[in-house]
Amino acid sequence: MARLKETVSQTAGPYVHIGCVPSFAGLKGVYGGADPGARMITGEAKGERITISGHVYDGAGAPLRDALIEIWQADAAGLFKTPGGAGDGAPKPDPHFTGWGRQPTDASSGRYEFRTVKPGPVPWPDGRMQAPHIALWIVARGINLGLHTRLYFPDEPEANARDPLLQRIEHKSRIPTLIATPLAGGYSFDIHLQGDLETVFFDV
Amino acid sequence: MTAGPGSAFYPRDLARHPAALTPGYKSSTLRAPQKAPISFENALGEMTGPVFGHAMIGPQDNDLIVNYARPGETALGERIIVHGKVLDEDARPVPGALIEVWQANAGGRYRHKNDGYLAPLDPNFGGCGRTLTGADGGYGLRTIRPGPYPWPNGVNDWRPAHIHFSIFGHGFAQRLITQMYFEGDPHIALCPIVQTISDPGAIDQLVARLDMDNTIPFDARAYRFDIVLRGRRSTPFENRPEGN
Repeated sequence: MARLKETVSQTAGPYVHIGCVPSFAGLKGVYGGADPGARMITGEAKGERITISGHVYDGAGAPLRDALIEIWQADAAGLFKTPGGAGDGAPKPDPHFTGWGRQPTDASSGRYEFRTVKPGPVPWPDGRMQAPHIALWIVARGINLGLHTRLYFPDEPEANARDPLLQRIEHKSRIPTLIATPLAGGYSFDIHLQGDLETVFFDV
Repeated sequence: MTAGPGSAFYPRDLARHPAALTPGYKSSTLRAPQKAPISFENALGEMTGPVFGHAMIGPQDNDLIVNYARPGETALGERIIVHGKVLDEDARPVPGALIEVWQANAGGRYRHKNDGYLAPLDPNFGGCGRTLTGADGGYGLRTIRPGPYPWPNGVNDWRPAHIHFSIFGHGFAQRLITQMYFEGDPHIALCPIVQTISDPGAIDQLVARLDMDNTIPFDARAYRFDIVLRGRRSTPFENRPEGN
């Protein structure tokens, strides 16, 4: 049978908050409860609690104040939540950790912040281990197709040096764009859409 | 082997999606990455994604006519039903997919502090809705048809009537945000955002069709909008050495 074609992307536009973080957009109570992805830690999650914060900068160096960022990551043991469950006998992911977060950039400062746990290492398709990392997906007005990137940790130099994806990046000078900066209680991670510091984005 | 959570997705056809830099849509100019994205095969983090349950969905979440309205009142505008299926590229239903929508009101105004268009807000319309697809990939929403509106790009650019869709499949690599347009709208061909897509077939796939078979007489017209997410290869894990 002929394959169907994937529906193509269109920009999330300037009002993405209405649909994705309605409480943030001022539509409090329309669904009840917190915005989806606002809380990643739902109980006594295992692992180191960290805060990830930063800005998304455009090509003129201005922070995006209308962006939306989603993150997806393994738990502290390196396990992902899997649709349909982990399967019989497979190790179970942390029940107190969702693995998925969604935050807007602040409408005034452009700052974003996630409260999460530091993920464990997860395997690459050939069985080698990847360094601990968090996947990010960025959408906003002016971004036609959501941008995938990754955050790696500065305190994992050996694992980062062995990471199969970081090794694939031809221009080694660009790797630091994917390494977060230590900050009290967590890490700072700025994303640059253009320029000398342009973040490495991925076609996943 | 069957395609499952351990299977990689077919590569995304980036030539069919809009390019990052599309100067006709001016906002892309300073926000488009200038370097090529680096491609890599899916690992677990790309093949898995967040799981959403029915517990999070309220009974009126998919009904934008009433979900922000005062008790006993409804939103102003042309009453419509938007429905369809979420399928993957192999035409398999995608059940449990979270769909979130947002849109302007019947006058073309968003309930957002950054929208200063002349058209008034409707006190009974918030403009967001959400639902989960059923076992057959089907979904349905009830809303009002949004109005077209002017936007600052060229001096006289107007958006076609549209509904924004955010869709989660089963893997983070399937993550998609797009916009649905309405059959017969002359603004589709004029819109710089629509025209970021160069493939006419890809644009046509974003256009919902009037569906008289599912229109409810004396109540609401139906529009059909099917969504296709990336499909999965049926070979779960590939153990090939690097560089091959």
